[in-house]
Amino acid sequence: MGFGPYLLLATLEGLVMAAVLALTALGLSLVFGVMRVVNVAHGEFFMLGAVLAWAVSNAVGGHPAIGFLAALVVAPLAVGAVALASERLVLRRLNYNPEATIVATIGLLYILQQVALTFYGADARPVVAPFNVRLQLPWFGYSAYKLSVIGFSLLLLGLTWFVLTRTKIGLIMRATQYDRETATAFGIAVDKVYAGVFVAGAMLAAIGAVLVVPIRQAHYLMGHDPLLLSFIVVIIGGLGSLRGTMVAALLVGLSDGILSVFFSPTLAKIVATTAVALVLVFRPQGLFGTAQR
Amino acid sequence: MAALAGTSNAPLLSTRGLSRSFGGLKAVDGVDFDLPAGEIRAVIGPNGAGKTTFVSLVSGRIAPTAGRIVFDGTDVTRLPAHRRVGLGIAYTFQITSIYAALSVADNVALAAQRSAGGAALKRAVDEALTRVGLRDRASELAGNLAYGHQRLLEVAMGLALKPRLLILDEPTQGLSDAEIDGFVQLVREIAKGATVMLIEHNMAVVMALADRITVMDQGRVIAEGAPDAIRADPAVQAAYLGAPQEAASHG
Amino acid sequence: MSERARIAALHLAVIALLFAAQFVLPAYHHGIVSRVMVLAVFAIGYNLVFGYAGMLSLGHAMFFAAGMYGAGLPVYHGGWGIGPAFLFGIACGAVLAAGIGLLALRTSGVAFMIVTMMFGQVAYLLALWFGDWTRGEEGLTIAQDLRVVGPLDLTDPTTRYFVALALFSAALLASLALVRSRFGRTLVAIRENEERTRMLGYDTFRTKLAALTVSGALCAAAGAAYALLFGYMGAGFANVPYSILPLLWVLVGGAATVIGPFVGTLAMFYLTDLSNDLLNRNFPDWDISALGIVGLALVLLILFFPKGVMGTVRARWLPWLP
Repeated sequence: MGFGPYLLLATLEGLVMAAVLALTALGLSLVFGVMRVVNVAHGEFFMLGAVLAWAVSNAVGGHPAIGFLAALVVAPLAVGAVALASERLVLRRLNYNPEATIVATIGLLYILQQVALTFYGADARPVVAPFNVRLQLPWFGYSAYKLSVIGFSLLLLGLTWFVLTRTKIGLIMRATQYDRETATAFGIAVDKVYAGVFVAGAMLAAIGAVLVVPIRQAHYLMGHDPLLLSFIVVIIGGLGSLRGTMVAALLVGLSDGILSVFFSPTLAKIVATTAVALVLVFRPQGLFGTAQR
Repeated sequence: MAALAGTSNAPLLSTRGLSRSFGGLKAVDGVDFDLPAGEIRAVIGPNGAGKTTFVSLVSGRIAPTAGRIVFDGTDVTRLPAHRRVGLGIAYTFQITSIYAALSVADNVALAAQRSAGGAALKRAVDEALTRVGLRDRASELAGNLAYGHQRLLEVAMGLALKPRLLILDEPTQGLSDAEIDGFVQLVREIAKGATVMLIEHNMAVVMALADRITVMDQGRVIAEGAPDAIRADPAVQAAYLGAPQEAASHG
Repeated sequence: MSERARIAALHLAVIALLFAAQFVLPAYHHGIVSRVMVLAVFAIGYNLVFGYAGMLSLGHAMFFAAGMYGAGLPVYHGGWGIGPAFLFGIACGAVLAAGIGLLALRTSGVAFMIVTMMFGQVAYLLALWFGDWTRGEEGLTIAQDLRVVGPLDLTDPTTRYFVALALFSAALLASLALVRSRFGRTLVAIRENEERTRMLGYDTFRTKLAALTVSGALCAAAGAAYALLFGYMGAGFANVPYSILPLLWVLVGGAATVIGPFVGTLAMFYLTDLSNDLLNRNFPDWDISALGIVGLALVLLILFFPKGVMGTVRARWLPWLP
């Protein structure tokens, strides 16, 4: 294969990564943007989505598509329920204090990992893709499922964007983000908004995970990379900026995909993580965001 | 600019062309300001006139976009805030900013310990607390003090810095009439040993204390002079004392 | 007894107790306590930044690892003596902490936490990247004959216990002196209200940088001692969990208390040990990772016991406790 087709393949792989990453990072960004807390357990919601997708599709049986569709519905809902419980039982009791929340969600991270280890085990397991079609390009064949992941993810991002900018729910969320006290004064049930946002954030990560399990296997430690990459996306895009998050997801997903094809993944991670830390140090509003205060 | 050099009759504080903008908004716009040593100077002006930004520039809390600041013959424009405190510029916050979780004495000790230690530190703390009348409460948690007492603690911390220029940002805000009377006395006492710059909305306090008044509006100095002259200045009346009765009735 | 004498007596008593314990503890617990004393130094270093200065760092494993590799690699690859290697390890941690501080301290709050986490991750990845030297996660074992210094054989349990105790005592007393000094009071002031502190004439950046550097040096001392005393170094010690553990130990024992880090480290060691035993006995076919218990402890602590053991003791009974 020549360099051109090789680059095309890397770009396609990068786009698939970017699509999944955008969903996951959007969830993290949403939670930070509205609630002003960092959810360190976000990657574990992703992991839980993947593990549950395996469990559901395995339990359903029949044609892989049926199992996959069932997983696409059930796994995010179940993860949403876990997120709701965490929000009610832990975050709300901490009054969303930023540092206490970080400590608590670190705890949550290890608890969820332990639960997955206990009930799912230490093996990596695949989920069969709902359809197995290869599109024959002039240079290589490419999985149609992967392309549909990009499409589905774009659809969901568009939907989220619509909800945030064009609906009353979005307006309420932005009002809460802008000023918690004023929102309360205007009769907005802030704690319900917070619960909703936290659940929605977790579900976005879970959907991303369900989409990814036919490509990458489910494993109880798989939450770490999405968390770090989501942090990177959210930081480069500007903490709490949704538009920035989407642009940054594209950038990071693509470069991660392309870099890891051409370079050692460890070196790529070292360079990327250092670069992002420096962005946060010298340009805390992100590369695309505007200063927030 | 040679006139700004540190001769004995030069002002303690001078600014030339001092400016600061936030985004497109010019909060402070080309302010030339001179403050002789020993004076009590009030800076007044309507809300958003740039008073707090101006004193924040002087104290070094924020950096100017243009202009220069000279304190006692030294150009302090680029000096970080903590170094200016070392030179003798003390700032008390508009919004009460104390260490709520520490005792009253510890609050003052943190201000005094830069220059004193051991027994001298204890004396300095005692002295500052005595001057503002909080000595009896030295061991209480600062967060448990009544609001008026917290304002006094804020001043005591300023005093413990042994400042040459004490900047008070709306010190009487939220105080009762009786507390304000005591406060006016206190500032007169302080002014015997230090130059005082006072941002104040309460015109009665301003008239009772100020040797001279600087009036700001929209980031600029629009008038400066003795209290009587300022009261009579039509430009000031238009900009700020548009409703002089209302302004005075706050007192 | 004056407050000063009371404080000195209390901390010296802890050291004396640990000294006496060496003669009565059974071998198994003897080993655990040696390890706990070394890791408590790590927690003491973390407490300085997190407890007293109020900065939530999630990258302190890199300082521990800097000490571990800084001391261990020269011994393993270069045949250095134990003494110079130990000092070099500490220096590595201090220099790294100062460098990281110059960058990370430009941020605060949540951004500081993310930045330190990322730098910590980079450090871990570097340990993997230089696998030819470190052998990555698998790690290196330092042979017994390299761990002898003069008459002291660091592989001997009793020697190990006393060396660990000496290090721990030094760190404990240093931390006590530090937090009771002007520097320590300034750190607390920065934690309580940084802007006010700056306007009282303190160079808060420099103070925080100094705190982080000292903290880095203490954590590195723990890492260096760990490598030399227990003869093992691996990249796992640079990974995220080893940044979380000192946070947990400090929270359990009581943030911003001098003895807290030791109490927390000891308590968590035994708690993890006991619950592992208990779970293994009752659910033999479950995979249990110690981190699950760590997670549960973190959530419960932050919800119901945020002051930790010594913090609660101070709030209820001993207000003079430093």
